[in-house]
Amino acid sequence: MRFPRRRAGGARHEWGPGPGGGAGPGGGAAAAGVTVPGRRLQADVRVHRAARQGTAAFTLDVQLDVGAGEVLAVVGPNGAGKSTLLAVLAGLLRPSGGTVHLAGRALTHVDPAGRVHAAVPPEQRGVGLLGQDPRLFPHLTALENVAFGPRARGARPAHARADAAAWLDAVGLPDLAAHRPAELSGGQRQRVALARALAARPHALLLDEPVAALDAAHAPLVRQLLREQVARTGTTTVLVTHDVLDAVVLADRVLVLDAGRAVHHGPTGAVLAAPRDPFTAALAGVNLVVGTGERGAVRAADGRLLRGTDPVPDGVAAAAVFAPAAVSVHTEEPVHASPRNVWPTTVVALEPRGAAVGVRTSGRPEVVADVTPASVAELGLRPGVPVWLSVKATEVGVHLR
Amino acid sequence: MTGPGSHGGRSPVDEGARPRTVPPRPLGPRVPRVVTLAAGAGLALLVLPVLALLVRADWGSVPAAVTSPEALAALGLSLRTGAAATALCVVLGFPLAVLLARSQGRAADVVRALVTLPLVLPPTVGGIALLYLLGRQGLVGEHLDALLGVRVPFTIAAVVLAQAFVALPFLVLAVEGSLRTLGTGYETVAATLGAGRWMVLRRVTLPLAAPGLASGTVLCFARALGEFGATALFAGNVPGVTRTMPLAIYTAFNGAGVSPDTAVALSLLLVGAAVVILVLARAWRPGVRA
Repeated sequence: MRFPRRRAGGARHEWGPGPGGGAGPGGGAAAAGVTVPGRRLQADVRVHRAARQGTAAFTLDVQLDVGAGEVLAVVGPNGAGKSTLLAVLAGLLRPSGGTVHLAGRALTHVDPAGRVHAAVPPEQRGVGLLGQDPRLFPHLTALENVAFGPRARGARPAHARADAAAWLDAVGLPDLAAHRPAELSGGQRQRVALARALAARPHALLLDEPVAALDAAHAPLVRQLLREQVARTGTTTVLVTHDVLDAVVLADRVLVLDAGRAVHHGPTGAVLAAPRDPFTAALAGVNLVVGTGERGAVRAADGRLLRGTDPVPDGVAAAAVFAPAAVSVHTEEPVHASPRNVWPTTVVALEPRGAAVGVRTSGRPEVVADVTPASVAELGLRPGVPVWLSVKATEVGVHLR
Repeated sequence: MTGPGSHGGRSPVDEGARPRTVPPRPLGPRVPRVVTLAAGAGLALLVLPVLALLVRADWGSVPAAVTSPEALAALGLSLRTGAAATALCVVLGFPLAVLLARSQGRAADVVRALVTLPLVLPPTVGGIALLYLLGRQGLVGEHLDALLGVRVPFTIAAVVLAQAFVALPFLVLAVEGSLRTLGTGYETVAATLGAGRWMVLRRVTLPLAAPGLASGTVLCFARALGEFGATALFAGNVPGVTRTMPLAIYTAFNGAGVSPDTAVALSLLLVGAAVVILVLARAWRPGVRA
């Protein structure tokens, strides 16, 4: 099975904000007429990289299955293999072994012996890509940029331009059609890049840190627009991100990647509410202390004992999760304290966390306490100061790992 | 510890503060004086000879010398062969540059070194090498002569080949440099938008490499115009056929009955042509501000 890529087939224009469709962003009536172009994306990929000077050997071994119209967020620390995974899905990198299927069609198939059975080039995969750098073609206007995909698929110039104008409208930039990328702001560029990616009618869209390069004023806007447009077009999407907001706002499910392997996978809410690894915990903005069950509590690697709402069976791997706001900071050992979780530590750093100040304290792992700026001054908190922390057991969620 | 304001009185800066209209000026180049001196000497080495030429020229005889049939023939030949050689370089050099810019590894390094070879070779060696390839007893020339009756040396085609041989590296290096700076990001995006290789080359690579291609073309043309050594050995010095401007200047200067003044006048013509080319090239450059 091949995509009809030379000629724009009629089916391709039944949906989307084409000249006939006239859909605005989230336009209710028009959106109802949109048929879902997203297709199921399945991948089972292995990439082995031998150690070279300066870099350690690396192995990516991951399976994913994204339903039609579904959004999967792939999160993980730097070097976890997220970009490698996207490159394989987009056809920019041939894996050491494995398969990529889109709507049942094998885009990539390399058998364990390394024989290549399928290697569809990027331009024939129907897989779009939007990175943190919009990479608008600098010599083309915004409209010509968006019309690039339709033109590449054989649409007539006039038709492609009308189509592009409708997409610019959909991302809220109808007035900037004639502008060159150099005349646009960062947020506007990313919106044009989104319009361009969607105008190519991808069956699956890869988003690589799509708002990471935008400032705080523009990121929420573009994120919201991404959500609207991805939902409206029903595009199957894989999102790579460092930002919990991206995952929360955009993704149905989250896959946590660490050192090339999936360490956690599930619905976004469930994964973030019960982080099982420090990265996801930091991502979710909570403290995570992993250890083993002992006397009903969690004994951490550094000896700390954390008691939660539910008792933990002895010897079982478990994680204690609690919010920074639930942690109290004291300059002396709290004697009358009702909390049962109390331990001495040292301030490592102070960091802004919204209206509060995050007090990062030593230990393995480090624990963050949120306090008010007034408390920081009152208690004389600064890096190096010894403090006591306490957490009520009722504030500690315990998860078996 | 008291603040700076608590000592009473205003600081001298405040005291004398009046609206002044000195425009802000960024710091000039901050380099050791030796560097400035050496830079000046370098500039002098480049400029003084040309200046001497301008000062000492017998300007009265220039118009006649420049408009003589021999001079016009040489200039016309130079422009035509230079244009042909440049066209050849663009057609062959752009693909070579694209391939080099998008290749990695040892083979690409070797090819890149081979491309720069004519830059470091004396052009006369290039001329001899061309003779050994295409001369009547040359590696290929022998068969061309025997099979097709085609003899390349001492023809206008030989002039074009000699010029292309020495000028091609300029074009390849300029285009390859601009393509490398550009990176492959735009081409990757174009591919994910459904564009095949031809469309990517035509609508993305070529327009984005245009500034590099333009400056490379200008350099290439200038080099072709000034080509002497390889032309002299491979194409000879036949008036009206292979006697380009540099050869005409050399002939006049060596005074086969003509005074060196003619050589100077022709040189001025070539200097003028070069200046025009450079000005055009500068006007061209600020095309894409990405």
